[in-house]
Amino acid sequence: MQRIPVLKLGDYLLVTIQVELHDELALTLQDDLTLKLSRMRVRGLLIDISALEIVDSFIGRSLAHIARIAALMDASTVLVGMRPAVAITLVELGMSLDGIHTALNVDKGMQLLRAAAAGR
Amino acid sequence: MAQNTGMGTMLQDNESAILRDWIASQLADTDRRELLNETELNEQSRAFLALFSSAVQDRYDEELAGQLWDDVRAALARLSKSRAMAGFSPTETATFVFSLKKPIFAALRRAFASDAVRLNEETWLASTVLDKLGMVTVEAYQRSREEVIVRQQQELLDLSTPVIKLWDGIVAVPLVGTLDSERTQVVMENLLQSIVEHEATVAIIDITGVPTVDTLVAQNLLKTMAAARLMGAECIISGIRPQIAQTIVHLGVDLGSVTTKATLADALRVALVKCDLTITRNARADLAAG
Repeated sequence: MQRIPVLKLGDYLLVTIQVELHDELALTLQDDLTLKLSRMRVRGLLIDISALEIVDSFIGRSLAHIARIAALMDASTVLVGMRPAVAITLVELGMSLDGIHTALNVDKGMQLLRAAAAGR
Repeated sequence: MAQNTGMGTMLQDNESAILRDWIASQLADTDRRELLNETELNEQSRAFLALFSSAVQDRYDEELAGQLWDDVRAALARLSKSRAMAGFSPTETATFVFSLKKPIFAALRRAFASDAVRLNEETWLASTVLDKLGMVTVEAYQRSREEVIVRQQQELLDLSTPVIKLWDGIVAVPLVGTLDSERTQVVMENLLQSIVEHEATVAIIDITGVPTVDTLVAQNLLKTMAAARLMGAECIISGIRPQIAQTIVHLGVDLGSVTTKATLADALRVALVKCDLTITRNARADLAAG
């Protein structure tokens, strides 16, 4: 079955979504991430969606869920590289993903995670 | 099937005479010699009369149905489009067809001088048909003007929403004019695109030039800001004038979660702080001042 790779980079988990994220894949990703978060004691989670071209309300909600699950397990989430069209779609769907940190690219996302880690 | 009509036969017999009279009357009518090129007019009139003449060879009625009439209409539409572009008025464009009435009626009178009933019928039919064709020219003229308006609207939209790079990582959109949903869409797309291009972390939306803010405009602004935040950039609204601040409060719009500043300068200061940048007065100026 198709899976999205989850990489561990220092104290952080790195997920880059390079394929079309369909519903089943999003649920699998959610499971995988929860498992790794519990096993690996990480401080932050970075999700790169720069290759994601299409989103629907389900994907939007899945991303919000992942962030909330990570927060419960004491890791902050940063969503990076969202495309303009995707951002507009999510806003039109009424999902502003409050509570998720966002950044322009992976570089800035990592800075944000480190700053958040240093802050506590 | 082909059934000769009185009009068809008459036109075939008198085509060159009618054409001559028609062109002469068009040239006499117009006081726009600078727009109306005589050779061009000759060519247009000749082509139209030929099409018209072949269309009336068969029996026809005021419905103007059939391939030949479609050709006539298409030719007229092309003609009035080119005239609209050249700057003719609607009246001048429609006169092209209406001025054909006089020579045709005169020729019909000559052809059916002995038969009053037939003359009446033919004249009535010709009059109705030419009126319809006149309406075709006016409609085509109107359509081509509307195309121009639509294109200008698009150009205005593009012109009115520039995104300026103020500093590394700071972009600004100075908005001028009313913000309707269509414009908000364009602003939003331009802003988000330039956030990607300039890798901006702060975007300033300056609404000094926006005359009124109602609930819809406020909602559109909030949408734009939410979208920018999703992409990882923060938005600051600047240029809120006293009246607009009052309106926003009276309307009960909640801009509590939004950073708002009175002027673009204040917004830039905040943006620089967010980017860990400071502006300092250099030592020489201090000395001069002290």
